[in-house]
Amino acid sequence: MLRTLVKKRDFYSGTLMTLLGAAVILDSLTYTLGTLTHMGPGMFPLMLGCTLTFVGVLILGTAIATPLGEDERIMPEKPEWFAWGSILAGPIAFIILGEFLGLVPATFACVFIPAMGDKEATWKGSALLAAGVTFFGVLLFSYVLKIPFPMFRLGH
Amino acid sequence: MFATALQDLWYGFGVAFEPHNMMWVFIGVFVGNMVGVLPGMGPLATISILLPLTFGIKPVGAILMLAGVFYGSQYGGAICSILLNLPCHPPHAVTCLDGFPLTKKGRGGAALGITVISSFVGASWGITEMIFLSPILVILALKFGPAEICSLMLLGLLAGSTLARGSPLKGVAMTICGLLIGIVGSDIETGTPRFTFGIPNLFDGVEIVALALGLFGIAEFMKSVNQLSEVDTKYTNVKFKDLRPTRDEFRRSIPAMFRGTLIGSLCALIPGTGPTIASFISYATEKKISKTPDKFGTGMIEGVACPEASTHSSVQGDFIPTMSLGIPGDAVMALILGALMIQGVVPGPQLISEHPDIFWGLIASFWIGNIVLVILNVPMIGLWVKLLTIPYKYLYPSAMFFVAIGVYSTNNDMFQVGEVILIGIIGYILLLLDFHPAPILLGFVLGPRFEENFRRAMLISRGDVLVFVKHPISAVFIGLCALLIVMQVYVRVRSPKSLPTEMELATDQHHHKVPSPAE
Repeated sequence: MLRTLVKKRDFYSGTLMTLLGAAVILDSLTYTLGTLTHMGPGMFPLMLGCTLTFVGVLILGTAIATPLGEDERIMPEKPEWFAWGSILAGPIAFIILGEFLGLVPATFACVFIPAMGDKEATWKGSALLAAGVTFFGVLLFSYVLKIPFPMFRLGH
Repeated sequence: MFATALQDLWYGFGVAFEPHNMMWVFIGVFVGNMVGVLPGMGPLATISILLPLTFGIKPVGAILMLAGVFYGSQYGGAICSILLNLPCHPPHAVTCLDGFPLTKKGRGGAALGITVISSFVGASWGITEMIFLSPILVILALKFGPAEICSLMLLGLLAGSTLARGSPLKGVAMTICGLLIGIVGSDIETGTPRFTFGIPNLFDGVEIVALALGLFGIAEFMKSVNQLSEVDTKYTNVKFKDLRPTRDEFRRSIPAMFRGTLIGSLCALIPGTGPTIASFISYATEKKISKTPDKFGTGMIEGVACPEASTHSSVQGDFIPTMSLGIPGDAVMALILGALMIQGVVPGPQLISEHPDIFWGLIASFWIGNIVLVILNVPMIGLWVKLLTIPYKYLYPSAMFFVAIGVYSTNNDMFQVGEVILIGIIGYILLLLDFHPAPILLGFVLGPRFEENFRRAMLISRGDVLVFVKHPISAVFIGLCALLIVMQVYVRVRSPKSLPTEMELATDQHHHKVPSPAE
């Protein structure tokens, strides 16, 4: 029983929601609860936390009640760690380069790094795409929308 | 009543025909049509990306444009379904069933032609419904006290989360998560910071742009990267003259169109049942009443006309509860409502009288936008078909830039970029666990108003929880909520092969090929 349960996706979905609900309950108890007439800041989150815990337990319950499905894998068949990493690395590079070097290098990196995540990507193709987006993007945001973000800067 | 509505509509046309508003409508429907065609991009991601760009323009223009993206993408989505057999957009998944066989028979052009006509018919009816129904709803809603508003919101949240795709329980869990994310920040009454983890940047709450871009941008890109199959462009050579349906096809489509329109407009009135459900119900109905039900799936023009008409009539009808009650039915409507709130417009029944330019301008812009879309789709079909071949590997990196800069520009603060990355990771984990993140946005947008009204209702009733069933109107809403829950339980327990399951199957068949953007 327990062995098939841990194979089910909904076991993890339900557990996650139950734990989240419990965490919300614990945290909301640190705020003033007040009375029902004069609800304090903690009351509404406490109610939501209880509901979430309840729903989480229900999801867990359905996981126990339903037979093991065909596809219970959580991860996709071929995990794309490199592609996922590169998609997330794009905006991270945008933060770092944006803080220290300016909009142009930040934009280039933010397009180039995610582009490399595609399985057919080439250095040249990604660089061309990044250059194109940088050109039109900077044109749009710096000249048309005039956001306060220097195109180039050195240091903070 | 009738005369005032027409008079107000006339005023709305005045607003919508102002040159800059016309321009925003045009940009909106053009961009919408484009992303509708592109496999792998959805209206949710696009509206989230465009949202920060609208901060600088007037509320009317912003709403006209964002709404245009939504209904424009419905026109484009049909092209993708009929010519490529890719249900990239859930409302059009069912159109593939007969649309693609028609394409294989060489009648793809005619199917597209019929689609444009049905869409226009459906949309026209949806808009008419909105013109006459919204003022009536407003008259009712203005009498609502906090208890009624609260119950109505509860009904909206429950319907939005249980009637959408996937497990209703998981939908409810996502809605509660959305409500909780809506709580982050300073409490409205006491100013106590809640769930901020001591980070001052969170005192103003989570940024809606960061939430939407994380869930519908980054998380969706992570799901789709290297998963989209090569697009088969064998049948995509469609020219303007191919769009003409034969006399027989046209004759058979007309009644189907009107049935679809009717079903779509009814679905629009039930909160939570958006265009996707409308299109599935109408396809099933059309098949049931047909004299030759076994021929469905082999290229019946009725199977294209009916769901397309119902999608469009429901898309326009979706705006009714959003604009007249301030209660969005799905994530797209929640985003549009969020855009209004950013512009300082308070949603709710007072919106029509306080901001008639937004409401009537929007309705008038629907007419203009739909006519523009027909003009865009008929002679320019060749251009849209070419767009189908743009590979995803160029799309998502470009979109990543818009995600980063868009979320930065909301506050000119790099913290938001970090926030969007974190939300993206959480969103992807939720997707892996089979949660659909769309109801999060619904909860997030309604959350603060829900809490405020709940507190007020409690204060007025002196802490009596039964106030929600003591007021008659509120009791009706609570009763509907209970009915909804009982219905869901009944459907799950009694007949697992009910409509929602059928729907899931139909969308999931292609799920592995094309991860569809969240509705």
